Amino acid sequence: MPATATPDQIEQTIMDQIAKLGPDRDEIKRDSTFESLEIDSLDLVEVAQVVEDEYGVQIKGEEAEKLNTVGDAVDLVVQRAS
Amino acid sequence: MSTRVVITGAGAVTPLGVGATTLLERWAGGECGIEDGEGRCSDFEPADVLSKKELRRTDRFVQFAIAACAEAFEQAGWSDEVPVEPDRVGCIVGTGIGGLSSLEDQHDVLRERGAEKLSPLAVPLMMANAGSAGLAMRHGLGGPAFSTVSACAAGADAIGTASRLIRTGDADAMVAGGAEAAITPLATTAFAAMGATSETGISRPFDRRRDGFVMGEGAGVLVLESEHSASARGAEPIGEVLGYGASSDAHHLTAPDPSGSGAARAVGRALDDAGIGPDDVDYVNAHGTSTPLNDRSETDALKLALGDERAHQVPVSSTKSAIGHLLGAAGAVEAIATVLALRGRVIPPTLGWEERDEGLDLDYVPRESRELELNGSDRAVAISEAFGFGGHNAVLVLAA
Repeated sequence: MPATATPDQIEQTIMDQIAKLGPDRDEIKRDSTFESLEIDSLDLVEVAQVVEDEYGVQIKGEEAEKLNTVGDAVDLVVQRAS
Repeated sequence: MSTRVVITGAGAVTPLGVGATTLLERWAGGECGIEDGEGRCSDFEPADVLSKKELRRTDRFVQFAIAACAEAFEQAGWSDEVPVEPDRVGCIVGTGIGGLSSLEDQHDVLRERGAEKLSPLAVPLMMANAGSAGLAMRHGLGGPAFSTVSACAAGADAIGTASRLIRTGDADAMVAGGAEAAITPLATTAFAAMGATSETGISRPFDRRRDGFVMGEGAGVLVLESEHSASARGAEPIGEVLGYGASSDAHHLTAPDPSGSGAARAVGRALDDAGIGPDDVDYVNAHGTSTPLNDRSETDALKLALGDERAHQVPVSSTKSAIGHLLGAAGAVEAIATVLALRGRVIPPTLGWEERDEGLDLDYVPRESRELELNGSDRAVAISEAFGFGGHNAVLVLAA
């Protein structure tokens, strides 16, 4: 895990990755729900793979299923990465 | 009286370009889409038709199917909304192999980066039914949906099976065709290892010098409707599926039965199904792969099925001379080329045919198109043949 990872960087990483999966980057906000962005469980596995690569944080399938918003995901990774 | 099955839309992506009309016009004009021994769909831009999300979630063979379907829907007047009760519309997209490039990519990931890096999309990308699933989801089609997997007969089996589902009343309309994108390192090497593909890189069906098929890729999709469904909404059919016949050689893993009897059985069944005889056939769109074995056994099969005299009278040509062998898409793309040729009253040529081989003595329509002459009828009728490794034979009788 890079020691310099800040919450802002983690948020950027997650939002950039979500933008690769379909939604436009500027429609992705902290309070956007994955449902509204049409991000499903398969997409979240891909997000989790990137997060693990970048920050060494593992998110299990059952944890990912409980995430409703982009902010939920960012907070979980920030908490684990600190 | 049995339900008639009409064609109200057709779409194709082939090595001759994007579009069904493009395929026929360029083939009939003597153009060949094969370059450097391969028939690639170089003009195809997936992003023209698919969203960013769809692009990530589809293998190339499904992308071809989606583009071909969009064209067919446009012609059928289905683009804005499916005008038939969607739960009464099914979908069958045949393929020989499925998402092979996705499978190869993910196998590389597994070996080089480890199990935890595999894409969660790996299975839905590679599964052979992804074409049917993709079209059904994209357009909300709730009728029967599955894929035919009968090697190079898959596209024809899809159209034949779809027409049967309409005739039995299981569906009012079907979206049917075939798709393939197998010009990959594994498939090209594997076909070469079995000696099936051409070392010269030239597709010249029925010519004495033929030395194997040329790999192609693409898709063809038709909108089929019961005549009642089409007429109820005032749609103008572009053609009709008159009959379908299938059989198995039950002979060899890859080689056709040299007597041609298996393929002849499929032709006979298709003609019976259509309620017509050999004299009613104006044109034969051959499987014509350019392999030494197929083109000989297919010639013999036509003599068995149509009778020696009629087989020598009917013009026979191969679409593969212009686009190579599209494997599981071939039967569908060639059925589309056939319908459009019938509609245009043109017989496209077998390109590259120059030298007669002993025993291969039918009228293969060498080099140049000709006008299709009708046999005293107001409609033109053709049979389109597709045969696959494993001994699968599928034959469609088409009219326009």
